[in-house]
Amino acid sequence: MKIAVCIKQVPGTAQVEIDPLTGVLKRDGVESKMNPYDLYALETALRFKQQYGAEITVITMGPPQAQSVIREAFMMGVDHGVLLSDRRFGGSDVLATSYTLAQGIKAAGGCDLIVCGKQTTDGDTAQVGAELAEFLGISHVTNVCRIHEVTESSITVDLDLPLHLETAKVAFPCLMTVEKGIFEPRLPSYKLKLATEDRPIKVLKLDDMEDRDPGHYGLNGSPTQVKRIFPPENTNTHEMWNGEPGELAGKLFHFLDDKKFLQQLR
Amino acid sequence: MPHIEIHHDKVTDKEALAALCPFKSIEIIDGRLAINAGCRMCRICIKKGNGVFEYVEDDLPPSVDKNLWRGIAVVAEIEEGNLHPVTFELIGKARELAAKVKYPVYCLMIGSEIADKARQVLEYGVDEVFVYDQPELKYFRIEPYTAVLEDFIRNVQPSSVLVGGTSTGRSLAPRAAARFRTGLTADCTRLDISPSTDLDQIRPAYGGNIMAHINTPRHRPQFATVRYKIFSIPPKEEPKGKIRRCSVAPEKLRSAIEILNMKEKEQEKGIEEAEVLVVAGRGVKKQEDLAMLQELAELLNGKLASTRAVVEAGWINPRNQIGLSGRTVKPKLIITCGVSGAIQFVAGMDSSEKIIAINTDENAPIFKVAHIGIKGDLYKIVPNLIEQIKQQKAKV
Repeated sequence: MKIAVCIKQVPGTAQVEIDPLTGVLKRDGVESKMNPYDLYALETALRFKQQYGAEITVITMGPPQAQSVIREAFMMGVDHGVLLSDRRFGGSDVLATSYTLAQGIKAAGGCDLIVCGKQTTDGDTAQVGAELAEFLGISHVTNVCRIHEVTESSITVDLDLPLHLETAKVAFPCLMTVEKGIFEPRLPSYKLKLATEDRPIKVLKLDDMEDRDPGHYGLNGSPTQVKRIFPPENTNTHEMWNGEPGELAGKLFHFLDDKKFLQQLR
Repeated sequence: MPHIEIHHDKVTDKEALAALCPFKSIEIIDGRLAINAGCRMCRICIKKGNGVFEYVEDDLPPSVDKNLWRGIAVVAEIEEGNLHPVTFELIGKARELAAKVKYPVYCLMIGSEIADKARQVLEYGVDEVFVYDQPELKYFRIEPYTAVLEDFIRNVQPSSVLVGGTSTGRSLAPRAAARFRTGLTADCTRLDISPSTDLDQIRPAYGGNIMAHINTPRHRPQFATVRYKIFSIPPKEEPKGKIRRCSVAPEKLRSAIEILNMKEKEQEKGIEEAEVLVVAGRGVKKQEDLAMLQELAELLNGKLASTRAVVEAGWINPRNQIGLSGRTVKPKLIITCGVSGAIQFVAGMDSSEKIIAINTDENAPIFKVAHIGIKGDLYKIVPNLIEQIKQQKAKV
């Protein structure tokens, strides 16, 4: 069984701010780390390997520095690492990112199961997994919170839906995105760090892909464009309301209605 | 391909120029500035680089013919046989957008035995609802649902497709967007439309610390997902729209997923999980009066919580206590009633998104943390508020 886990290097803190005067991202003390949600995907794959035997490859797209998250995955027990890095991948949106990952997974030899985290902490879209599955032409399930059983041909999992816990059997090959908390992620091991220091990381460029049309990657392959970025408005001000009880209740009612606290399910 | 060109002759302070990039994508290699693969084309370096960096846009891929794509489509969300309210919210927004560019509003409905739901969306002003009512569509599974959405888009060619940011919507929308190789913007908090029919999509990134304005200028349809309770439900009106029954060949509805069991989740939530909390404080005179606050909490789909004093009086289970010796909560809305706001209490709730405090004492410390402080008697304000909410509910 071959498992691929998609991981991403993200800013070390979500406390990213924009200077309101210059419109520039403040980056003081912003270091990079592995997307925390990916740790759960990695742990899921590693448990899988322990129990059923599997070969795990992590795949990430990014600048050369993104190798550090692959090294971290090695320290957790992952077998192989693939970095998709090319100047022409820059500026990718969800579609181009998913397409590049799909091409990268194919170029790296394919797999039976792909595990992704729920979302990243920077882009925050939680959409790459589904698009990646589409580009690979395989089935996918999201919100996986428990694994029941694995056979030669399928995996049975619980999906954490808003009102239900759904048990579903999914045939391989497939992709799943796992919930935070499916397993407690292990810490990187110093022994594995020493053992994997010299392990090579496969770097794939656009020319290594099956589809070498630069129009399908990076900014050219991205249908969405970021027109501008700006700081959120601070809507929380402090105010005092005085008046007759009836008037105050009316004002409060309109406030709750306006802020959609009266729009309930059924 | 569009890229950023560096005019090395204009370079003065290399370090300062490299530092402009928030993604650390400008490097100094062999004494020369270079842009690496981490570039996200945010173009900050162009704005701030005094002409060193230039955006070069060559041979952009051609745009689709936007005249061939008309209308705004909403994908209805059906949960447990009922329409999820996010559907109505999206219809309201779709009508607003459609009016600006004179487009029709469509609704796509996917499920099994859902015929009666179609009329329901027409009451919110949909021009045409497309119903795919087939047994294979009883439960959400990705392949058959995507096949239906694909069929609908090929036949109707909508300019924009709005999908609820629910667990199914967040799985279906990206899958379909990838199939059509088009753009998708997730979790939009604001939507508008330009005369060119491009959606202006605003969404938070970096955990809400940055807002991004996103367009899909050359592709159709444009996909956007929006979470529940972002937009308002429009008023009902006399249905004028049409219902069209559609179907997809059963062989297109095959799935690698077999649903074995659906178990209803425990819905009993603690105060930490509640999105809305009504808090009883020392200003509540007797135990029976908690029923009034409990009623308000239920009308707001929330829970009743309390301060330590109310727990010590034995009026409420200690599980419901907020504060250092109780629970820490962070709901979307918290309404404190007769709570003075001792520091031990405030420490357990001051990161709530919206804090409303009702208290007769205008010097109560709670008013320092409240976003809205209401000086008044909870015994007069709360019953009046409950009455108004009930009247509104009776109207719907």
